[in-house]
Amino acid sequence: MNPYNYLYVAGLLFTIGAIGVVIRRNAIVVFMCVELMLNAANLTLVTFARINGTLDGQVVAFFTMVVAACEVVVGLAIIVTIYRSRRSASVDDASLLKR
Amino acid sequence: MLTIQTPEAVMFWVLAPVAVLAALGMLLVKKAVHSALLLAWVMITLAIFYIAQDALFLGIVQIVVYTGAVMMLFLFILMLVGVDASDSLTETIPGLRPIAITAAVGFGGLLVSLIGRATLGHGAVGLDSANGAGNVQALAKLLFSTYVWPFEVVSALLITAALGAMVLAHHQRTVARPTQREQAIARFRGDSLGSAAGLPNPGVFARHNAVDVPALLPDGSAAPNSISATLKARGDMLDSAQFELGEVDNTVTEEK
Repeated sequence: MNPYNYLYVAGLLFTIGAIGVVIRRNAIVVFMCVELMLNAANLTLVTFARINGTLDGQVVAFFTMVVAACEVVVGLAIIVTIYRSRRSASVDDASLLKR
Repeated sequence: MLTIQTPEAVMFWVLAPVAVLAALGMLLVKKAVHSALLLAWVMITLAIFYIAQDALFLGIVQIVVYTGAVMMLFLFILMLVGVDASDSLTETIPGLRPIAITAAVGFGGLLVSLIGRATLGHGAVGLDSANGAGNVQALAKLLFSTYVWPFEVVSALLITAALGAMVLAHHQRTVARPTQREQAIARFRGDSLGSAAGLPNPGVFARHNAVDVPALLPDGSAAPNSISATLKARGDMLDSAQFELGEVDNTVTEEK
């Protein structure tokens, strides 16, 4: 086994997350799929840090985690705000601009 | 030069398929809470991968921040928003699912074949020399020297996000809060006097008093409004008919 195998896992997880963003309707599940994609990218960064023998990848993965935490806080606040006004957490219902 | 020991290989081949299966399950399960639990499992698996790859600090942070804080926040919001129709897996835009899956398979195939063909021009180096005295010490050195400016910018981002969440969650009343007196008047002026004294409690006296069984009214019919709306929406309401008493024996026998 070589460390590149971790990259395959990360690629698969990223793809699965991308499918989830498109096919699920619950805004919270869509958001969790985005988190899965971010995590897959982090695994790639950590693996490349190990392959290249420098810690820069790990530092960037650390920054990604901080940004993801911010994103979760703001994103969930937006979902709660939409739910409060429309009584629904479905991404299909927030289509007021369409009509 | 990096050589991967057998224990790590075994760990990888056990945990990697489990992680991918859990991620797939996340898409396929109906309830959002189950999705959240499966995602928490994927995140714990990734934390184990990080620790196995000499990223001890990131592995611990992954567990503390992601499975600890972020997933709890997700579950908290799930409880707040509750269960609604958006959990259903029916396709609302016709033809979306085949297109999405075809595109994703193409994208995934592209990624995998790209990783399979690309070379870095050198073998895997490993982090033994970069970690030196310890992973945390080496990371701290890098974070507070080369990356000190991004570190400060990220702190500004955190403060902005906290402020943004507070602004978004802030809710200003457009009408005055109804007083207790107004609420009492509204109850008596409502559609029926039935709810004036409060809604009935769930459960059938002496036979079954769980919260998912509707109460029986004096005439023997079930009172569906004695059940919490959440249980009703989830479809967890039981039928009270099986707990009703049969024919009541009205004859009085005199005690000797």
